[in-house]
Amino acid sequence: MWIRMLAAMLVATLLLIALLSANPDYRLFMPGLLEGAVLTVEITLLGAVLAVFMALTAALAKLYGPLPIRWLSTTYIEIFRGTSALVQLFWLYFVLPQFGVFLDAFVVAVLALGLNIGAYGAEVVRGAIISVARGQWEAAIALNMSKAQMLRRIILPQAFTAMIPPWGNLFIELVKSTSLVSLITLADLTFKAQQMNQSTLKTVPVFTLVLLMYLAISLTVTIAMRLLEQRASRGLTRGRVA
Amino acid sequence: MWDWTFTFEILPVLARAAIMTVEATALGFIIAATVGLVLASIRLAFPSAGVVVTILVELIRSTPLLIQIFFLYFVLPKAGIVLDAFTAGVAAIGIHYAAYCSEVYRAGFENVPRGQWEASIALNLSPWNTFKDIILPQALPPVVPALGNYLIALFKETPLLSAIAVLELMQTAKNIGSETFRYTEPVTLVGVFFLVMSLVSAGIIRMLESWLQRR
Repeated sequence: MWIRMLAAMLVATLLLIALLSANPDYRLFMPGLLEGAVLTVEITLLGAVLAVFMALTAALAKLYGPLPIRWLSTTYIEIFRGTSALVQLFWLYFVLPQFGVFLDAFVVAVLALGLNIGAYGAEVVRGAIISVARGQWEAAIALNMSKAQMLRRIILPQAFTAMIPPWGNLFIELVKSTSLVSLITLADLTFKAQQMNQSTLKTVPVFTLVLLMYLAISLTVTIAMRLLEQRASRGLTRGRVA
Repeated sequence: MWDWTFTFEILPVLARAAIMTVEATALGFIIAATVGLVLASIRLAFPSAGVVVTILVELIRSTPLLIQIFFLYFVLPKAGIVLDAFTAGVAAIGIHYAAYCSEVYRAGFENVPRGQWEASIALNLSPWNTFKDIILPQALPPVVPALGNYLIALFKETPLLSAIAVLELMQTAKNIGSETFRYTEPVTLVGVFFLVMSLVSAGIIRMLESWLQRR
């Protein structure tokens, strides 16, 4: 089964990290890299929260908001999907101060990545909401629910199940894009790796460990999302009820 | 705040760098599209080798492109393979997206009706001819839009090459910024360039998609 294979890969990755760090050449780098990994995980988690919030807001605004709000959310989605995450990061970090807005590098990282992934997520949420069967809306109208009630009780819970797999992909995307924050001086996993590489020139141990650590983080996210998917689809029958 | 004369001054420099960006995109995508097809074909032809390809694809997709670029640029020389920054960067981007593209091709192959395979056996076509003349022509057109999306995604990843000092758009903007202490204009222009190019290519892909559907 797929989850078993992923779990096996995760265990193998962690074992490999443990085995390698028995070697003094590798152990030397472990404390610094782990410190970086903690920052990477922090940015990922905060970025994910912001992304989900932005995605829900933008998708609902684009679907049901009044016209100006709809334009606003479309503009947000197109701008953040249409430019590089790196350019967005640089813009928030280097350009905003010129307009008198000074943000901490950590805040910039969470903002830029959260807004970036949120824009992709908005389309995922919108697609999932649209894909809920029409009859569900009609039944909710027949039951005299208000629009907010329909969304909260009927539509979103069903859309939620359809959203999980694409959100899994986006969260992996997020984990990987956190490596960009090293370029705005945040001491994440990638930054630490570069620093250690430049100071010790022990390229192979440093980058091997970093690759394995990212792999472990990504695999954990993938496994968590698969489990969530299983949990959410429990009791659901696929396809139409006979 | 925004200096137009400065903007026009740096525009030619950025335009030259934009050519580098487009070159990196084109070369990277050629690698991605061909290696992806090879990976997907291996999976199709030898199901037993499929597990290896699956693990490989999963490994490539689960680690950041930036790290892979560093890996090719800094680690390979230790093994005696010295690549210049542009080659290493383009190769890393190409291989990274090859992993994604192979999944797209796989979906395309799985989309071809079983009867096509059976008919080819009945017509006594060799496996190679079946693949080349029957399966590929039917599998490719439906996946063109998905490949196009990855082309745009790949294009937007090219600023990463600035991390190993390839003189593409982002690196040029950073250089201008560090020389003149003005980041507003160059970084904004780079953003606008990417936005315009992405929107234009998204439009082209949409047209291509409707054209393919009409056929």
